[in-house]
Amino acid sequence: MKYLNIIYKGVVSDNPTFVLLLGMCPTLGTTGSALTGMSMGLATMGVLICSNVVISAIKNYVPGGVRIPAYIVVIASFVTVLQMLMKAYLPTLDAMLGIFIPLIVVNCILLGRAEAFAGKNNVLASLCDGIGIGLGFTIALTLLGSVREILGTGKIFGEAIYPEQFGSLVFVLAPGAFIALGFMIALFNNIRSRKKC
Amino acid sequence: MKKDSLAGMVMSLGVITVIAGALLGIVNYYTADAIENAAQQAKVDALALILPEFDNAPIAEAKDIAVEGDTLLLYPATREGIPVGCAVECIAHDGFSGDISLMFGFTADGTVCGYKVLSHSETPGLGAKMDEWFRDMTGRRSVIGITPGKSDVRVFKDGGEIDGITAATITSRAFLGALNHCYKAYESYYTNK
Repeated sequence: MKYLNIIYKGVVSDNPTFVLLLGMCPTLGTTGSALTGMSMGLATMGVLICSNVVISAIKNYVPGGVRIPAYIVVIASFVTVLQMLMKAYLPTLDAMLGIFIPLIVVNCILLGRAEAFAGKNNVLASLCDGIGIGLGFTIALTLLGSVREILGTGKIFGEAIYPEQFGSLVFVLAPGAFIALGFMIALFNNIRSRKKC
Repeated sequence: MKKDSLAGMVMSLGVITVIAGALLGIVNYYTADAIENAAQQAKVDALALILPEFDNAPIAEAKDIAVEGDTLLLYPATREGIPVGCAVECIAHDGFSGDISLMFGFTADGTVCGYKVLSHSETPGLGAKMDEWFRDMTGRRSVIGITPGKSDVRVFKDGGEIDGITAATITSRAFLGALNHCYKAYESYYTNK
């Protein structure tokens, strides 16, 4: 139960995008469409799970003074592995996400979770935290990507809902990302405060 | 040796970096070929898309063509030894934001038979539409089937014959400028032969 609760917390009450407001750069940069948002969420989730597990496993052997550099080396290694695998086996997805894959290294969700959770908890709990936070991030990015894609181009996951010329271009561009994100944070927190979770 | 001493810190960080380096080395060893193949495959796919049917290896036979102080990469295509056309790769520096990397395919008589936008950072929804716009058969948008030497490949606004992208004239100009540039490479390749 305890572990399920950690996953639930990551998705709802500690949602990285809507509650913790971490990792805003990829959140705004890769949510031009639902598909890119979801891919970015999944990529980050994969790295987060691996880095959380490894950091939690090595935390007792790393001296406090070099804690941060050690964590960054771990995170950067997993990101580089992910990038090589994507370049080799999913080149179209890699081209779509571009610079945002290497930028996962400096995504504050990863270092934030390493510091706040994995560095203090056991391996299994850190694994669950990685799954929960990663899932919360993926869901948030997919939702934001869907909203922007529908309002901007009239499509969702590339499927047309209404003709493209009625879409409002601003939602595909950066200002629309801020506007859509702001409204979604408000909506999410409104629902959360009513349910008191 | 104490964990928090200088030697302890150097040791632990050293061990972590060595392990991380080894891991990256192993993954690199197993993916290097696949990455190379994927990049090559993307180019082969692009060529197959924009050229008439060919049976040679245009990438292996690629040539550098000098055009107006610039060097363009030209991929000749032949079928049973007879030239059927060529593809020219070119980077336009005068786009709306950053460089646009393009590839145009020409038949042997100089008609544009296809193009591919390899990379760009034009405005989404405006300039970014160039990937569909210039093959759209509506009105005078399409450049497919046009011979740059015989037609005036410029936007209406500049006195040309092509209907540029609405609200993205700068991108349209850069795109058509690149097409004319590539056509010159095609011309010099075929006249020198």
